[in-house]
Amino acid sequence: MKTLGDVKVGESSTIVKLHGEGALRRHLMDLGLIKGTSFKVVKVAPLGDPVEINVRGYELSIRKEEAAVVEVQ
Amino acid sequence: MADSQIHVALAGNPNCGKTTLFNLITGANGYVGNWPGVTVEKKEAKLLSDKNVTITDLPGIYSLSPYSPEEQCSRDYLMSGEPDVVVQVVDATNLERNLYLALQVIETGLPVVVALNMADLVEKNGDKIDTDKLSKKLGCPVMMISALKNKGIKELFEQVKKSAASKGQVPEHKFDSSIEDVLDHIENNLPASVPANKRRYYAVKLFERDADACKLINLTKEKAARVEQLVAQCEQDCDDDAESIITGERYGVIAHIIDECMTKAPAKMSTSEKIDRVVTNRILGLPIFVVIMFCVYYIAVSTLGGTVTDFTNDQLFGTDGWYVLGQGRDAYDAAVEAAGDNADSVDPAQYGPYVPGITTVVHDALVAGGTEDGGLVDSLVCDGIVGGLGAIFGFVPQMFLLFVMLSFLEDCGYMARVAFIMDRVFRRFGLSGKSFIPMLVSSGCGVPGVMATKTIENEKDRRMTVMTTTFIPCGAKLPIIALLMGSIIGDSSTTAAWISPLFYFLGVFAVIASGLMLKKTKLFAGRPTPFVMELPAYHFPAIRSWALHVWERCWAFIKKAGTVIFASTVVVWFLSNFGSYNGSFGFLPAMDGIPEEFMDYSVLAMLGNLVAWIFAPLGFSTWQATALTVSGLVAKENVVATAGSLLSVADAAETDPSLWTAFAGMFPTMGACVAFGAFNLLCAPCFAAMGTIRNQMDSGKWTAIAIGYECAFAWVIGLFINQFYNLLVLGQFGIWTVVAIVLLVAMLFQIFRPMPKHAWTDEDETNTASAAVSA
Repeated sequence: MKTLGDVKVGESSTIVKLHGEGALRRHLMDLGLIKGTSFKVVKVAPLGDPVEINVRGYELSIRKEEAAVVEVQ
Repeated sequence: MADSQIHVALAGNPNCGKTTLFNLITGANGYVGNWPGVTVEKKEAKLLSDKNVTITDLPGIYSLSPYSPEEQCSRDYLMSGEPDVVVQVVDATNLERNLYLALQVIETGLPVVVALNMADLVEKNGDKIDTDKLSKKLGCPVMMISALKNKGIKELFEQVKKSAASKGQVPEHKFDSSIEDVLDHIENNLPASVPANKRRYYAVKLFERDADACKLINLTKEKAARVEQLVAQCEQDCDDDAESIITGERYGVIAHIIDECMTKAPAKMSTSEKIDRVVTNRILGLPIFVVIMFCVYYIAVSTLGGTVTDFTNDQLFGTDGWYVLGQGRDAYDAAVEAAGDNADSVDPAQYGPYVPGITTVVHDALVAGGTEDGGLVDSLVCDGIVGGLGAIFGFVPQMFLLFVMLSFLEDCGYMARVAFIMDRVFRRFGLSGKSFIPMLVSSGCGVPGVMATKTIENEKDRRMTVMTTTFIPCGAKLPIIALLMGSIIGDSSTTAAWISPLFYFLGVFAVIASGLMLKKTKLFAGRPTPFVMELPAYHFPAIRSWALHVWERCWAFIKKAGTVIFASTVVVWFLSNFGSYNGSFGFLPAMDGIPEEFMDYSVLAMLGNLVAWIFAPLGFSTWQATALTVSGLVAKENVVATAGSLLSVADAAETDPSLWTAFAGMFPTMGACVAFGAFNLLCAPCFAAMGTIRNQMDSGKWTAIAIGYECAFAWVIGLFINQFYNLLVLGQFGIWTVVAIVLLVAMLFQIFRPMPKHAWTDEDETNTASAAVSA
């Protein structure tokens, strides 16, 4: 399963499915990370984590650990 | 007149300009930062232009889901029946995500007015929004405003008053017809007691299996089973879960609305992106951050701020006095040098436009008014009150400069990037990147440092940060470090340069060790908090809100800290100047035949003796050392001055070798001396900071936990230092050595044991969240 955390900096992809459960999953959904949403990984923090993505026209910082629940194409 | 009152709720995403609008229309001085999540609790104030309108500023949220305390607080208020109308603030530059919450708020059935904020920025970007069409699509009025530039606000509130009189709207937006069918069925199953304009809201919530809504509606078993069957069937058809279906539908509706109502200019690289290319660059990000922070501290603490603080302390409030623009200072200094031992006889007023220090002025005025020189009143006013005030105001200029710079960095959006850069480091010990800012501020002063924890939305993270942030040595602890260094090494100028950073490391170690230990305790148990944070676009802060921000922080310090420090200074003055000598109780310096060291007979000495046994295992059980610790609680910079008066070293400064010798003489061993220093640097901060902790925790229990933990941790570290020094250097072994070893093992175990697994279901998590809200 390829996840959001696997997408390389500068690459774009589309969300296939949101795994995980509860508060985190719902929070990601509310932020607009749902099936079919395309996004771009803008950069990774100097220490390798978290990553910054551009989704629905804004910038979001997300830890790789949390990005692992987002399955992408 | 209560009936003509209108209650307006302000709702919106974090960082959409809601608080700016709130401040503008109510004149309130709320905190506005370019930081997602600044309003944690809801705030209430009257509209400036019409006192019959009450505005409630809700926390910034992304959704009305039942998972976070902020979201629950908002939706409880919206559904409470109190608000007559909701102003939904929408960041027009980020329409898509902002409309997601707007749709949910419209579904509540309350009258809603959508305020499209930052409309000017949209125009600047070359985009166009058709508000009439948007209004039709959403089924509620849509107004263009700019809270920053005070545009469209009057019109907005005219509309708000009109809408408040209406009954609210039935949402216009429709989901996919298969979903609508299910929602219709659920609506039909709702009890008749649910009013017409709220039926859709609850139908959607029941579809999402929202626990709170289910409990509230309390369907009969039969109906609940019927609804469950409908939802389950729909989930199967869509091959997705109910929450995802609704979210997907909402974003689908929004995409459709935006297509029709917004014309976007061709995308180009924004200024924010350009700035971010450099400042959060993989390679340059950290160095740039270090350079920025170094500059901030260099200016605020070392150069400009330090000079102003010294001036306030010694010349304005002290006895030195000052020359206007420095005229005559050189001539005076030369005269003092020439006079040698008779320096006191040189009159500074002869050499230029001299202004005496406030202490001198007050002292002279008192004596001229007939008060006894050095008597009770003179001592109370000059030493107690003026001295106490001076201690407070001395820090104001330095803090002002620090806050001007830190507030700018926060308001322009850079601090959110700092959290992004530093998160990796902080999550290791149970904190998040957002904890870094309070720690930075604490290195200046713990009071605003604790205040800065306000921006951490997550309660656990916030509490943990409050508990640990004052371990970082603040400006007032530096003289203690210098005094210790002098006493141990006998030279503070050269060696201290590399030794004093060790105490910073001790502070950082305390933060890390505490984070690692605490996150495994019951208090902070649970999953690590997710760190999913919006990085707002950079903007130059509005001068008004920037100034308000600085003012709020400084004023909070002056006011709260001022009252606490002031009162406690007077109390300590009383404790150390009153006592019983030769069988009579009274003002010691005025007693007959009292020796120079009158403090030995003071109440402070008695109290010190009472509690000194606590510090026996740490190696310092004299009442003087205890009294020093107590005076450190008032203000850490007091320690050096108190040491001077307790040890009868006149005009003591931390750089004075005679004080070093006297100070070192207070302790039996060097280990005890270091243990004393460590204890004083780590234990409960000054009263002012404790007061702020109380404010920030908003709970007596948590304040007690925080202060208790800090003191206990400091005591244990002090014990380690003293006992292991005794064991390793002096070869002494005793019962306390065993205790120290046991504690060390326990501490290491707690630090290094893996995070316990928590078989927490999500339901438990929401329950604790709601329990936290109700508590």
